[in-house]
Amino acid sequence: MNAKILKILLKKEVSLIKRNPIIPRLIVGMPVLVMLIIPLVATLDVKNVEVVVVDNDRTELSRRMVADMDASEYLSVTGCYFSYDEAFRQVEEGEADAIVTIPKDYQKDLTNGEKPELDLKANGVNATKGTLGAQYATMSVANTVARWQAEQGVSLSAREFGTVNLYNPTLDFRNYMIPALMVVLLIIICGFLPTLNLVSEKESGTIEAMNVTPVGRLEFVLSKLIPYWAVGILVVTVGMLIGWLVYGLVPEGNIANIYLAAILFSLVMSGLGVFIANRSATILQSIFMMFAFIIVFQLMSGLFTPIASMPRWAQCITYAIPPRYFIEIMRSVYLKGATMTDLWVQYATLSVFALLFSLVAAMTYRKRA
Amino acid sequence: MAKEIVISVKDLTKKFGSFTAVDHLTLQVRRGEIFGFLGANGAGKTTAMRMLCGLSFPTSGSGTVAGYDILRQAEEIKRHIGYMSQKFSLYENLTVWENLNLFATIYGMSAKSIREKTDAAFKTLGMENMRNVPVKEIPLGWKQKLAFTAATLHSPDVVFLDEPTGGVDPSTRRKFWEMIYRASSEGMTVFVTTHYLDEAEYCNRISIMVDGRIKALDSPEGLKRQYLAGTMDEVFRIVAKDAKRGD
Repeated sequence: MNAKILKILLKKEVSLIKRNPIIPRLIVGMPVLVMLIIPLVATLDVKNVEVVVVDNDRTELSRRMVADMDASEYLSVTGCYFSYDEAFRQVEEGEADAIVTIPKDYQKDLTNGEKPELDLKANGVNATKGTLGAQYATMSVANTVARWQAEQGVSLSAREFGTVNLYNPTLDFRNYMIPALMVVLLIIICGFLPTLNLVSEKESGTIEAMNVTPVGRLEFVLSKLIPYWAVGILVVTVGMLIGWLVYGLVPEGNIANIYLAAILFSLVMSGLGVFIANRSATILQSIFMMFAFIIVFQLMSGLFTPIASMPRWAQCITYAIPPRYFIEIMRSVYLKGATMTDLWVQYATLSVFALLFSLVAAMTYRKRA
Repeated sequence: MAKEIVISVKDLTKKFGSFTAVDHLTLQVRRGEIFGFLGANGAGKTTAMRMLCGLSFPTSGSGTVAGYDILRQAEEIKRHIGYMSQKFSLYENLTVWENLNLFATIYGMSAKSIREKTDAAFKTLGMENMRNVPVKEIPLGWKQKLAFTAATLHSPDVVFLDEPTGGVDPSTRRKFWEMIYRASSEGMTVFVTTHYLDEAEYCNRISIMVDGRIKALDSPEGLKRQYLAGTMDEVFRIVAKDAKRGD
């Protein structure tokens, strides 16, 4: 390992990246655009779930329950009916997503210390909206009952239902998306850039000028990997800044943990990129190969759909997909404030992948054909 | 005493599948010699040169370049040679100075010696004002001179030039050959492929490659005598008349 040679190679890479008319703008512009637009448009948040109520109790409490539901950001009560059939017609006609039925004597039973049950039916056609709507209604009712009981001086024994979503109380999809988007950006930027960089050296013939010199394989490959640590750090910084300034989302945990994971993951992606470049003769080939990896990385790593809901065999495969660990780290540090001790398995696995991919990158780079 | 041999190969062969690009190449080149490597397009010149430079594994055969074994010591060979490829291959977005500095540093030259050598080279070539110009902005003729400078700045034992004067005007070609002579007078061995048969006359010895084999090898004068020809052009036509590959 010759430090002098590595230094001049890095200087060359940095000069070439800086002088490229597109790449520097892309490195900053792409994260900015993605972070500004995607969290606003790609949302699975359910708002304005339309609820119809069948109020058989008609007491102060039942009216308060309805008013509180209607006041919630997530629910809107579109009608109160005397019979279930009338309410059901609204669902059938697509006017309502859920029916909340308050039984007769609800308030009285509750005052007597009994445990009356609410009936909640959700329209399953739009599964997400239905189930989340039912959950929101449950939470809203639970809150109203709790407040009422407190006012009445009744013990809180009846408060049996109610879901509390830890770490992301309103299930705001943005909070789930923002850390994931940074992962997407790193996958794309730190995966594609080194690949394209190296293959374009092949196409322009400069790689041959390098291969005919005594430059070491390790120095040369490192000069292709190291700049993307810096790029990875930059991308994550831009992402976190926008997350904070625009969406008010700040990591609960230590920022250093996020940076460490980003550096490790950049190394994984750029190592993969260099490996693909080593195996491709043209830019076209390398782009297709990279896409194949990126699709699997994005769809099977738990970025958009939870790993736990994948079939068992697919879950096994995800252990071999490096972004899985990075996503776990990002979400846990961002939303739960997890520490390095909590996540040591993920960090260790990511480090092994980083080492492995860098080694493969160095080993598949051939100076002689 | 016979001059030291710097390139010596025996039965060097390169096959791509069933196609034999270079077929049992055997030759020796002495130190300080300008050795012309002639042949039609597709005769196998570039493939042979790439094997000598350690860019390509020979399928069979053996040899040494600058005292190092082609099969086992390719990286050692690379320390002692310079190579200028057919296709211009310096970094277009780096300046003239940055390119020279990059390659010279890789060859292990000290900062001081790089400065001295590049200053001298810029002076000789009249390129002082181009020092900080990106390579993509300089004309082709200058690019070729620059590529030659990059390949020889570290004073290698042998410099390999693959069609160095392709596409440049006659006056630039002449100046280019002046550079080759200067390098040779400094003790560098020059191994050069060319299409231009007038250039062949400038070489100390030449080989003519036909369909992957060397068909003739001697000094230009010797070849003309041997084939009873007045010019190298005639020699080439006689030697290459049965060629199956090439134009």
